[in-house]
Amino acid sequence: MRREVPLAITAIVGFALIIVYFIPHPPFNHSRDFFEDLFFIIAAFAIWLGCLNLLKVNADKVYLKKKGWTFSIVVWFGFFLMVIVGFWEGRGFMNPGTTFYYLYDKLYYPLNATMFSILAFFVASASYRAFRARNKEATILLIAALFVMLGRVPFGYYLSSWLPEGWRLGNITDWIMDFPQTAAQRAIMIGIALGIVSSSLRVLLGLERTFASGE
Amino acid sequence: MIRFSFIFLFTLLLFSSATGQEATLPPSPPTDVMAKDTPNDAGGSITITWKKSPDDIGAVREENKVKGYEILRSTESEGEYEVLGKTTAGAQTYFDTHAQNGVPYYYKVRALGIQSFSESLPSSMAKAKAQWIDWRRRYTFLLALILALSIVYFINQAKSGKQLFIRKIAGLEAVEEAVGRATEMGRKIFYIPGISDMDSMQTIAAVTILGQVAKKTAEYEAKLEVPTSRSLVMVSCRETIKEAYSNAGRPDLYNEDMVYYLTDDQFGYTAAVDGLFVREKPAAVFLQGQFYAESLILAETGNYVGAIQIAGTAQPAQLPFFVAACDYTLIGEELFAASAYLSRDPKLLGSLKGQDVGKFIFLFFIIVGSLFITFEIYDLSFLFR
Repeated sequence: MRREVPLAITAIVGFALIIVYFIPHPPFNHSRDFFEDLFFIIAAFAIWLGCLNLLKVNADKVYLKKKGWTFSIVVWFGFFLMVIVGFWEGRGFMNPGTTFYYLYDKLYYPLNATMFSILAFFVASASYRAFRARNKEATILLIAALFVMLGRVPFGYYLSSWLPEGWRLGNITDWIMDFPQTAAQRAIMIGIALGIVSSSLRVLLGLERTFASGE
Repeated sequence: MIRFSFIFLFTLLLFSSATGQEATLPPSPPTDVMAKDTPNDAGGSITITWKKSPDDIGAVREENKVKGYEILRSTESEGEYEVLGKTTAGAQTYFDTHAQNGVPYYYKVRALGIQSFSESLPSSMAKAKAQWIDWRRRYTFLLALILALSIVYFINQAKSGKQLFIRKIAGLEAVEEAVGRATEMGRKIFYIPGISDMDSMQTIAAVTILGQVAKKTAEYEAKLEVPTSRSLVMVSCRETIKEAYSNAGRPDLYNEDMVYYLTDDQFGYTAAVDGLFVREKPAAVFLQGQFYAESLILAETGNYVGAIQIAGTAQPAQLPFFVAACDYTLIGEELFAASAYLSRDPKLLGSLKGQDVGKFIFLFFIIVGSLFITFEIYDLSFLFR
């Protein structure tokens, strides 16, 4: 029963949602919104599981003095600081001028931006490793990347401004992005769509049961 | 002189009143006002169409006598009409989205001039109603039915024992190599199931692959860790790993703390996982599921610590980053095929063959549609748009 009930619910709800996609008549037109809301409610309750797990794992690290246990104290401190300040501020806790907003704006936001900005350096390091003429395909990739990178910057324009219209670096960049790149992306997206259909059907028919603790 | 001024003034007044009279003349009324229920909807909408006023020469022109149209509505043909809305000059359609189902409505359209207007005759009666079938989606239904039937057909073929050829996928062949490497080096395997929740098909695919990877780690007695970004994913991963270890005959090796929750926040999760990579120095990293901007940060950090990395995602924008930074990448549909490929279950392999039927259908339409467009055959090509 432990496996059969979730699989039955998955099959019934899944096929029902497929059918209602083709039925605009009420109440079927609101079914998708209804089940989406249900999912958000369940996920909101499930966040308690996640938070308790987070606190437990870090408490164990501190208790057993595992490697990096001092960071776990920071996790506990940060978690309860935001929770207490948020409850203390009351309803408008995210309004500008509140302590919660101050902590969010001065601590969380800069940290978030820092992580995002690391991406620029990682793009450079990944490109340095990836764009090497190791074989035929890698050489084509290198040449295409060169055209696209130069075509997107003013220096590329200055390099090729003497060429006739249609043959400049910017034009070649546009051609690469509009034709071979778009064609390849669309092919991948068609494959993804078919993969999702096949995978969904396996889940609905109960052939794929691993996610519901089946084989 | 006085007589001349008087004649001049009189002529001026005559001229100005003539042009003034022209301005007050209403434009010709619109004709053929028709109202009907908007099709393929949940009701509450009526579509009104009309033929433009003959004086309407286009919305953007200054000399256009028609400045716009007003749509009026009444529940009786000869009753009082109220203004429903306005459109610009040149328009010939209006949607009344405030109609009640089953209530009869009549419509008139008013052509607005500079200082006056003219009204059309009332339309015939129209009632809004909800439809049971959205006919615009008939081709989607047909295609979905063909795909589903072909998948079911090949599943049955596989069940009957027929051998099906599936091409080699390098990333999946390397799973055993990755797990073996981690066992030899005595270091951990990290499995990152993406940052989306269980409502994403990519996450479900990732959790399914985790089951196969967990089976291997149980057999090899390798250490597996799964930090998650969503509570529901954490719960699902735990059940999956527990079942996999149980099926591999090593339930004793399973520990609930293998799977833990970090944070829902995108870059908070990324920072935490990067910290884990740098401190724990895993031998193998699996990045499977839905990723966004954090994909390259995770992949580059994994590369920096020297782990063998097998990535898989159906986010087209993130695939180039994984291809550049990881040792193996499952591209798009390979992510969804992975569970079937790793398990070698005939029923699951059969579904992959059924998927290929869909590819042939798309290939056919792309080739035929391209030929039609190339040779400017537009009569039938609308079928393929």
